[in-house]
Amino acid sequence: MNHLLSLVIFSPIFGALIMGIFLRSGSEDSERNAKLLALVTTIATLIFSLFILAQFDSTSSDFQLLEEHKWILGLHYKVGVDGISVPLILLTTSIMPLVIISSWSIKSKVKEYMICFLLLETLMIGVFCSLDLVLFYLFFESGLIPMFLIIGIWGGSNRVYAAFKFFLYTLLGSILMLFAMLYMWFEAGTTDLRTLMEFEFDHSSFSLLGFEITGGIQTLLWLAFFASFAVKLPMWPFHTWLPDAHVQAPTGGSVVLAAILLKMGGYGFIRFNIPMFTEASILFQDLVFMLSIIAIIYTSLVALMQTDVKKLIAYSSVAHMGFVTLGIFSMNQQGIDGAIFQMLSHGFISAALFLSVGVIYDRMHSREIKFYGGLANKMPRYTLFFVFFTMANVGLPGTSGFIGEFLVLIGAYQINSMATAIATLGIILSAGYALWLCRRMIFGEITNQRLQEISDVSFREKIVFVPLILATLLMGIMPMPIFKLISNTVANLIANLEIVSN
Amino acid sequence: MLQIILFAPLLASILAGFFYKQLGERFVIFSAITLLFISAMFSWIVFLGINHAEIHEVIFFRWIESGSLKVNWGMRLDTLTAIMLVVINTISAFVHLYSVGYMAHDPNWDANETFRPRFFSYLSLFTFAMLMLVTSNNLAQLFFGWEGVGLASYLLIGFYYKKESANKAAMKAFIVNRVGDVGLALAIFTSFMMVGSLKFSDLFASIPRLSQTEITFLFIEFNTIEFIAVLFFLGAMGKSAQLFLHTWLPDAMEGPTPVSALIHAATMVTAGVFLVCRLSPIMEYAPYASNFVTIIGVSTAFFAGTVALVQHDIKRVIAFSTCSQLGFMFASAGIGLYQAAMFHLFTHAFFKALLFLCAGSIINSMHHEQDIRQYGGLRKKLPVAFWSMTIGTLAITGVGIPFSYDVFHLPVGFSGFVSKDAILEGMFAAKSYPSAVSFWFLTFAAFLTSLYSWRLIILTFFGDPRGNPENYKHAKEKSKTINFTLACLSFGSIFAGIIFFDLFLGDSSENFFSNSLFIHPSNHILHDLHYIPHWAKTTPFFAMGLGLFVSFVCFYFSPKIPSYLSVNQKILHNFLQKKWYFDEVYDHLFVKSSRWLGSKFWRIGDEHVIDGFINLIALNFLPKLTTFAGRLQSGYIFHYAFAIFIGLTSILTYFLINLGT
Repeated sequence: MNHLLSLVIFSPIFGALIMGIFLRSGSEDSERNAKLLALVTTIATLIFSLFILAQFDSTSSDFQLLEEHKWILGLHYKVGVDGISVPLILLTTSIMPLVIISSWSIKSKVKEYMICFLLLETLMIGVFCSLDLVLFYLFFESGLIPMFLIIGIWGGSNRVYAAFKFFLYTLLGSILMLFAMLYMWFEAGTTDLRTLMEFEFDHSSFSLLGFEITGGIQTLLWLAFFASFAVKLPMWPFHTWLPDAHVQAPTGGSVVLAAILLKMGGYGFIRFNIPMFTEASILFQDLVFMLSIIAIIYTSLVALMQTDVKKLIAYSSVAHMGFVTLGIFSMNQQGIDGAIFQMLSHGFISAALFLSVGVIYDRMHSREIKFYGGLANKMPRYTLFFVFFTMANVGLPGTSGFIGEFLVLIGAYQINSMATAIATLGIILSAGYALWLCRRMIFGEITNQRLQEISDVSFREKIVFVPLILATLLMGIMPMPIFKLISNTVANLIANLEIVSN
Repeated sequence: MLQIILFAPLLASILAGFFYKQLGERFVIFSAITLLFISAMFSWIVFLGINHAEIHEVIFFRWIESGSLKVNWGMRLDTLTAIMLVVINTISAFVHLYSVGYMAHDPNWDANETFRPRFFSYLSLFTFAMLMLVTSNNLAQLFFGWEGVGLASYLLIGFYYKKESANKAAMKAFIVNRVGDVGLALAIFTSFMMVGSLKFSDLFASIPRLSQTEITFLFIEFNTIEFIAVLFFLGAMGKSAQLFLHTWLPDAMEGPTPVSALIHAATMVTAGVFLVCRLSPIMEYAPYASNFVTIIGVSTAFFAGTVALVQHDIKRVIAFSTCSQLGFMFASAGIGLYQAAMFHLFTHAFFKALLFLCAGSIINSMHHEQDIRQYGGLRKKLPVAFWSMTIGTLAITGVGIPFSYDVFHLPVGFSGFVSKDAILEGMFAAKSYPSAVSFWFLTFAAFLTSLYSWRLIILTFFGDPRGNPENYKHAKEKSKTINFTLACLSFGSIFAGIIFFDLFLGDSSENFFSNSLFIHPSNHILHDLHYIPHWAKTTPFFAMGLGLFVSFVCFYFSPKIPSYLSVNQKILHNFLQKKWYFDEVYDHLFVKSSRWLGSKFWRIGDEHVIDGFINLIALNFLPKLTTFAGRLQSGYIFHYAFAIFIGLTSILTYFLINLGT
């Protein structure tokens, strides 16, 4: 049996264990060693994950590289990947080394910081690999703990509030999902995801406490999962934890949060809601469309008015995730392809944007937009990077941001042209807030005297940005490898949907 | 060869943008100019040697593939593309050359700041994007070029990034264009939904079928083709600064003058006209949409002409004149006279680039003074600029010999005369219902064109110097590259009309355009326009002459008339001066309201309603936790939070496992 997936999943935690056991904290040497060890671990994980890509057969839509073991208490450890999870795993493993490099300037509790991130990486990869309900749940929910610590320990001044809000929101969603999972196990008698995808949950309506529930038990299960993923993604109106979490999180935390953790919500929709509760998904299509449109328009407008850079980018993330839900619930090839592409693209672009904020935050310790202005005079390279990623963020063709949005909109337009037309207005608003941000922060004369001494991006920072630029450009100009990877799996998913809906 | 035409500017852009440190500033600029001239030369070879009957397609590699949606990077070469290649590359090459002189010294930058490689890099990038737009064989790649030129335009308008006004103008240009882009995007989505492909050839093939279908949008039924055509035109309106989406163009003059000549006069703004002509198979089946195109075009020509009369900034006058001429082109395309639209696009590129570059030469010589009230008497000081500008003005106002077509079978006159009079004649001959009124509106616009163009010449070159005497004293044409460029474009402005009339509008026209345009069998306008009454044929000429006459009377002989009018007709004058108050209205309608909505959504929606609701739900245990938070140090709350979280999770997980076993 092939153990490649387990190797990828557990490499980071193995590195974290070594760090925990063998490294003392406190001394400068050990801090440097912790950083190096974390970097080596994440790079090794990246290399291992490339083997997944090499061994993955994209012509098949089946789960591959399967592993199955008996585990404690009669549970099963079951992992495998398909065309939807492989790119997300690669996104995770390729973002993590950049996060570690960008965290080189962390001063306090370096060892613990690195352990948290490595642990988080294991859990995130685990989510994308799990083929067992309980295993998925464990990975999905435990991921909160390191993120919670990252915000709570290394966060900004108001981290308690942010962590608390994060906690409350997510708890609500996950408890509902847990109940739903219990029911599913009870009903289907298995926790195997592949069996559950083929299992037909009852969708005949019944009445509960005097309410007629259309779509029956599927509706309830769908809503329970929806609650969890909608908070995670986040969808309007479950999004207000995100700006606070981003603002308070350290740069590395923001990057992981935006680039990877949010994608678990989208992944969950594609893995659970759509194939397992298809009838309910069709039932709720209009609702999701409506929420997505609101997310796109409303949060873009809110982003326009932000005075804090990180909050602005956080709101822009919510708007971009609106495109993801719009695409997923179009339930056609272009929509879902586009949604997956949008998730990957947003992974790189939002990572880069938060890293860009990190660059100036490290130097000036301010997130206020007003504080800056005229950075182009002192930081020409930084300007290039920032403007590039701003353009990618507004979905300029030639960057990855365009392909995702374009496909999502083209897919959604076939389902509901009016809703999509409204969503398309989002491209005006995104240009509005993004370019206004550039104008206020990057261009103009330097008015704040403290910026006179600011230095341009360092070599270490360049190492972080250049791969992100290349990824964004390559995915924008030559995205075919990604389409090849995902298209068969998505086509299979759509084919199954069509069987059900007919 | 096609590939070289397309990618030479990209190479130039990369060299200038990323390798100027290694290769040296002079070298990268020199190589950019060389590459552009190579590209221009090859464009002419392609243009003259093209096999008109055949549409030549090249596929590079696959771009997007998702289900039935398949898009390739590729090229489509037909006559329309070839015309655009020539226009873009010729003007771009000359503008590159001109910029060497223009950008040699720039008071906006300190001595130690490098700005020239960046400028050339953007210029070449623009050229590349524009070429991608016109060579595209599908709608997605067209959109790539469309947004690419938008990006380049944004970067170049905001080139002087220290100036707040430049940044503002750059942003405005991008965002207003995006409004049009929404229309274009929706047109693309609709096309894909109805046709299942984004390739032009597939789209055009299914037009006759689609014209029989209806589409429901906003609960209203539309004819599919009409619907698509209007959406496409919305995109064209944004890019080509047509009425209602024109507000960005005058502000775009914040960019360096060579940019205004290349992007905001000769090429990018004509992309909309190109789009409408490229989509002639759609427009021919969409009579209502075509009428709409004509109406917007005519209104723009009229509106921009009135505003140009009272502007003081030399570049803004020319910008409004561009706006107005684009209106002429759309008006022509709207009545099915695509050939004349393309011809006017072609000739306009020469004389409008010439006018802008003359303005640049004047500005450069006058220490970056742009207010024509500060000019005067420059005829002797700046002879090359004077003669070139006069030629450009003779061209734009349409000076030529009336009835020469009837005599020689060839209209004799400056380039603008040949193309613009064809549009006016076509408008008279057209049978669509807006065309009768349109003819008179356009004739009036032609009168205005003449009036404001000569006003510019007179105020700049004649009379006594009115501005800073120092500026006047030192005014001198320093740069050889500038003068050389002006001379070349003057040549084009004089002769482009006569030389190419036969191909575009004459007997060879049908062969020349052949498959690149679709002309509905019932559309005979190209033929009909020669058979209109004599008085109609001479009307544009008289309009031009009247404009010239009034201009000399008002601004040369008795300058008291305009100043009296501006006081006596204060409301009208302000109305024109403020550009019909479009900016003010839009600011209230869109900008301020978006901000208001944004802050309300944030402060009330997010902070009160949503967070308030969450707090309400959590009211049962939130107070307890907050008292903990109050009593204990902030770090400790996590222990409690975690205890609860892990406890709950454990209990539920325990149930989960027990149920299973």
